[in-house]
Amino acid sequence: MSVNGNRQLLEVEDLVVQYAVARGLIGAVRRTPRQSVHAVDGVTLSVRAGELLALVGESGCGKTTTAQAVLRLVDAVSGTIRFEGREITRLGARSLRPLRRRMQIVYQDPYESLDPRLRVQATVEEPLLIHGLGGSKAERTERVRAALARVELSPPELFLDRFPHELSGGQRQRVAIAAGLVLEPRLLVADEPVSMLDVSVRAGVLHLLNGLRESGLGILMITHDLSTAARFADRIAVMYLGRIVEEGAAREIVRNPQHPYTKALLSVVPRRDPRDRMRPQILSGETPDAVRIPSGCRFHPRCPVAIEECRDHDPLLRRPHKAETPEHRAACILA
Amino acid sequence: MTGLLEVEDLHVWFDLQDGGELHAVQGVSLSVEPGERLGLVGESGCGKTTTALAVMGLLPPSASVAGRVLLDGEDILAGGESTIRPHRWVDVAIVFQGAMNALNPVRTVASQIVEALELHGRARGAQARAEAGELLESVGIPAGRGERFPHELSGGMRQRAAIAMALSCRPRILIADEPTTALDVMVQAQILELLDALCRDFGLALLLVTHDLPVVAQLCDQGTVMYAGEIVERGSVDDLFHAPRHPYSRLLFAATPDLDGEGDEVASIPGAPPRLDRPLAGCPFRPRCDSAFSPCASLRPRLQTVGDRHAAACHLNGVPAEAAR
Repeated sequence: MSVNGNRQLLEVEDLVVQYAVARGLIGAVRRTPRQSVHAVDGVTLSVRAGELLALVGESGCGKTTTAQAVLRLVDAVSGTIRFEGREITRLGARSLRPLRRRMQIVYQDPYESLDPRLRVQATVEEPLLIHGLGGSKAERTERVRAALARVELSPPELFLDRFPHELSGGQRQRVAIAAGLVLEPRLLVADEPVSMLDVSVRAGVLHLLNGLRESGLGILMITHDLSTAARFADRIAVMYLGRIVEEGAAREIVRNPQHPYTKALLSVVPRRDPRDRMRPQILSGETPDAVRIPSGCRFHPRCPVAIEECRDHDPLLRRPHKAETPEHRAACILA
Repeated sequence: MTGLLEVEDLHVWFDLQDGGELHAVQGVSLSVEPGERLGLVGESGCGKTTTALAVMGLLPPSASVAGRVLLDGEDILAGGESTIRPHRWVDVAIVFQGAMNALNPVRTVASQIVEALELHGRARGAQARAEAGELLESVGIPAGRGERFPHELSGGMRQRAAIAMALSCRPRILIADEPTTALDVMVQAQILELLDALCRDFGLALLLVTHDLPVVAQLCDQGTVMYAGEIVERGSVDDLFHAPRHPYSRLLFAATPDLDGEGDEVASIPGAPPRLDRPLAGCPFRPRCDSAFSPCASLRPRLQTVGDRHAAACHLNGVPAEAAR
């Protein structure tokens, strides 16, 4: 079901999400001004049908908040979110409901996200019941089986009556994905889908997501793992302190990074081959607090190549001079 | 060749609530030489952390231990707590994954190090405080920050503080159990750089326990791969990556995506590790192995030398004569 010509499934423009910081009793008595965390501070991104976009960044950069805003689990302060061509930024709960089943999320930890008292059948069936879909019991069971088959838990009969504790980590994550797929969504948000899994089973879950992407699902994958993003994403967007600082085709970002933050991040990813000795370009300190975002370019206090101008000038995402693909964007005045 | 630390035929069993036993470590032998960096790699439940805790004598009472842990040739497990205690923290120290849990939340970081120094009789009073400041500086914590409480420090700083505390008695061996697992890549790089510098500058030997192969590939000289409670392969990290002699090592590397390996087939290993609460027949990896053949079902492979400081437990490297009959 293509909505418009270029089959954009999700379009986010200039999204801003802020959280108020609790000021505590003493702060309230003293009437210190309320502060807010600029968790997401002007993010623009898009996901096409059949595309996997990896949103990469360190903890606190706002990648998970971006995903939550896309799913309308938190409210945007400003900006727009369009899903299947329709603006959903300020839709009320009632109008959102039919849309919710078309956008589903898979969480990081399949040990936490599955109800330990529910058998696989009940876990995967639950979304159908909540959305009043699937018709008769027999029809629902058929859809549950189909969803389990899609996540390669086959034969489904072997898994329907099991409890989460009887499954391995990889199998649990597949059940969680099946529970998202049973509603036949168009967009799947996967928040660190493999980081809790053992290395030997991660690739299986990633290949599964890849197969779903090939069948037309749009996937927004949140990850801190650049190696995984490099191998499985079509495009990569790198976030720093609430902004996307660089984005483009996955291969281009890995081979031809233009933003100093992306370059530093890539340089510290440990390589498998011991002969591939890294020359890590280690940034000092940690990501600053999103309550006090630095002036000018927000990366300038940690940037190894910052110049005077970076203190005042807040760079916009634009095509870098050395870009080798048309979609490549970086937010750096030197790029 | 005598190592600084030698583990010989270590077994650990845990009593289970249902009366059964879980054979978590099944005959592990390894040796760490002065200044060497050994990576102990494996997936969850393979026994790598249990091995590390057994060396430190920090296993819970539900565990039974057999085998020997030799430090400079002396068996420190022989007399239980009485023989381990003089060496714990003094010669061998450990840093855990969750640094928050290793630090006392209601005391400042510096005062905890002072306490450790005084407890072990290394220094007292003003001298202990000065030494604590030096230790913190050596792990990259500016002196003033030592007066903060653990919750006032970032994750990376807390892990540094935990490392400083482990180093307070100037041990010769540092065991680091998943030291960077909960950290962001940039902070991980900072901690790895610190461990690298500590090994170089203080001649510290490192036993790095992790599930993360690339971290071992980059930081360690030698690697030991564990599966289902036993060592399946050990060798230089170069041999493990370029010339693995056990299918599990090969498949584990192949399951790890690499930044530059865009054309690589990243494949998961089908199946799951065996349960360790029942006896194993044959090779524990056989059900998941892509190269299993007839002897694998009945005969458990032993670790055999396949090259210089390189050993693997796989029948592909030769089936023992008595079994071939």
